[in-house]
Amino acid sequence: MSDLEKFRSDTRSWLEANAPRSLFGARGGAQEGVWGGRKAVYQDPDRKRWLDVMAEKGWTSPTWLTEYGGGGLSPQEAKILAQEMRDLKLPAPLVGFGLTMIGPTLLQFGSEEQKKEHLPRICRGEIRWCQGYSEPDAGSDLAALQCKAEDDGDHFLITGTKVWTSYADLSDWIFSLVRTDPNVKKQAGITFILIDMDSPGVTVRPIRLISGASPFGETYFEKVRVPKANVLGGINGGWTVAKALLGHERNMIADTFGGGDRGRRKTLTEHARHYIPSVDGKLSDPVTRDEIARIELDARAFALTVQRTRDGAKAGHKPGPESSLFKVYGTELNMRRHELTVRIAGPQALGWEGEGFEEDELALTRDWLRSRGNAIEGGTSEIQRNIIAKRVLGLPD
Amino acid sequence: MQLVLTEDQEFLARTAEDFVAEKSPISRVRELRDSEDATGFSRELWKEMADLGWAGILFSEELGGADLGMAELVTVLEALGRNLAPEPFLSTVLLAGQALRLGGSESQQKDWLPGLVAGEKILALAYQERNSRYDLGAVETKAEPDGDGFLLYGEKIQVLDAHAADAIIVSARGSGGVSLFLVPKGAPGIEIVRQSRVDGRNAAIVRLDRVSAAKSDLVGGIGAGRDLLERVVDLATVGLCAEMLGAMSESLDQTLAHLKTRVQFDVPIGSFQALKHRAADIFIEVELCRSVVMAAARAVDEGSEEAGKLISLAKARCSEAFVLVTNEAVQMFGGVGMTDEYDIGFYMKRARAAEMTFGDAAWHRDRWARLSGY
Repeated sequence: MSDLEKFRSDTRSWLEANAPRSLFGARGGAQEGVWGGRKAVYQDPDRKRWLDVMAEKGWTSPTWLTEYGGGGLSPQEAKILAQEMRDLKLPAPLVGFGLTMIGPTLLQFGSEEQKKEHLPRICRGEIRWCQGYSEPDAGSDLAALQCKAEDDGDHFLITGTKVWTSYADLSDWIFSLVRTDPNVKKQAGITFILIDMDSPGVTVRPIRLISGASPFGETYFEKVRVPKANVLGGINGGWTVAKALLGHERNMIADTFGGGDRGRRKTLTEHARHYIPSVDGKLSDPVTRDEIARIELDARAFALTVQRTRDGAKAGHKPGPESSLFKVYGTELNMRRHELTVRIAGPQALGWEGEGFEEDELALTRDWLRSRGNAIEGGTSEIQRNIIAKRVLGLPD
Repeated sequence: MQLVLTEDQEFLARTAEDFVAEKSPISRVRELRDSEDATGFSRELWKEMADLGWAGILFSEELGGADLGMAELVTVLEALGRNLAPEPFLSTVLLAGQALRLGGSESQQKDWLPGLVAGEKILALAYQERNSRYDLGAVETKAEPDGDGFLLYGEKIQVLDAHAADAIIVSARGSGGVSLFLVPKGAPGIEIVRQSRVDGRNAAIVRLDRVSAAKSDLVGGIGAGRDLLERVVDLATVGLCAEMLGAMSESLDQTLAHLKTRVQFDVPIGSFQALKHRAADIFIEVELCRSVVMAAARAVDEGSEEAGKLISLAKARCSEAFVLVTNEAVQMFGGVGMTDEYDIGFYMKRARAAEMTFGDAAWHRDRWARLSGY
């Protein structure tokens, strides 16, 4: 038996012996992922046990080095682990921006000390991270950020407002961009810094969306004392770090929208049959039927393009130009799908809550409202098109 | 299904690209049109392409072919599509050739396919009529019984390369339904009238007046014509989509070059955000088309149950994308885009023609929906 084959069978045995019984088959289910953190509340003790058991093994982040809390696995081994977990339908033990955003950034830009301080706590689900980038006056033009970092010896004193902080109220630490030099070109005076949200002077306020409650918050810093040792990428070197991280975020969002039905409750056709009669199985409204087909064709074309990039990566090719379309196309497709879903439901899509509307109908209305933000968050579609034009098509500034 | 080119496919694509760049620049299309060339393509060049093995890609080694698949053929067709090369791939290899491969008798295959593969025999498939639109079963051409054989009466339109063909396969309706008949060039009662199409593609009217056909001239069984046509046209559709992909890619490239070099108001017009965004959008469309053409070709090769759906996906998206890209291209070229002198007009016309061939986008969305069960 080859080493990898042995690894696979050892992994399978370990998973079968150590995963809580109730979690076999739980993958993709209704329950949200485990985000961890100091404020975490574990409704299901098995989920906490699963997190602890996998963290102990280093498998919450399989490819990170063991001295950082990871599993030290090779890419092939990590792939095998992922396959075995998928086969057993086991959910991921831990999710969050620690694993997907700040973790990789620490690995890329952090000092040994910083890596040893933060990565193990991410892997164990002890610390939950959020992102403090955007400000009321710095959205698409992120470099225009004004959150001040006053030099105070071996500390900075940070004052300013961050907006669109996902899960600010549930997070323990925030990675943030602050202005350390207001006298140079805007990108050149930015510093990337890690802040403990328990520090005095940090307050959080939730942001309510047109779709109702949201995970977003505003984060206020009032002379928050942060050690200079928490800087990543050097003082005034933050823009480079930020750009790298934004790339990770874009891929993460694109992955969310990449590819078809994603275990959606109902297909568009099933949804349509609830409101539109069919004759011999054929939807009797030809216009809606054509619009459904159009969305399905676009979704399939998109999924095939995502697959084409993945197949290329597996074959060892560099990501092709087509990967730049994921975020802009995936989000706009998703929005079109929601528009059609709402239109099909007609007046039944007009409920906010309460009588006269089914649960499904209330949900589709909220989902449509929320979807209007997809082409804005994570880099607006307009910015994405500018990036494609410049970086892929080589059009001049 | 792997949506990557194998090394062999990469090699084939590059060979085709180099060949087309050297031997079939877009200026050929202009010259053939302006000189009112009787054939409309180059028999010599076709022979050269056949010598490279391109005509034989889908045929068995016994027949002199390469026994490869659509995944290989589309790489060649895309390259040819870039420069709108007029050689008779669609008519001879994909339409008539596949009809013979899938439905021809042993002797028909032996008589015609080796010659086709060698680039020596040109064939056409006459399935379209004035009232048929995209319905392969809408056949008014008649096949009347005549002793043991048949007499064919009717008129087929826009038959690709019929004027240059050594034989034409014709769909006709008899008491048993629609059947296909192989009619050699010069058969008594056949009249071929060259047509002039907006996109310059070589096509002709084929009129049949008491054209005699024996039972042995049937391609496929009696009444099996419609099903055979559907299978054949599905294959030809994938090939056409590959040509469209090449042509729309070239259109995009020409547009980008123009945006970078045309200066107005002291700046290259490609610096204007409105044009940047429109360029980004047509780039996205082309990339999506690349994926669906690859998928459709591979689905055919794998005999996938989903092949029909993926073919409709490809044709629907390529139809709209190619039209969009070229309409945008002409607009962005400005006044010169409207001149005959510039090449972009050829692409815009071809986009429209390709849209109206083998079913337009709406027709294919309907087929997608039907195959999906709604």
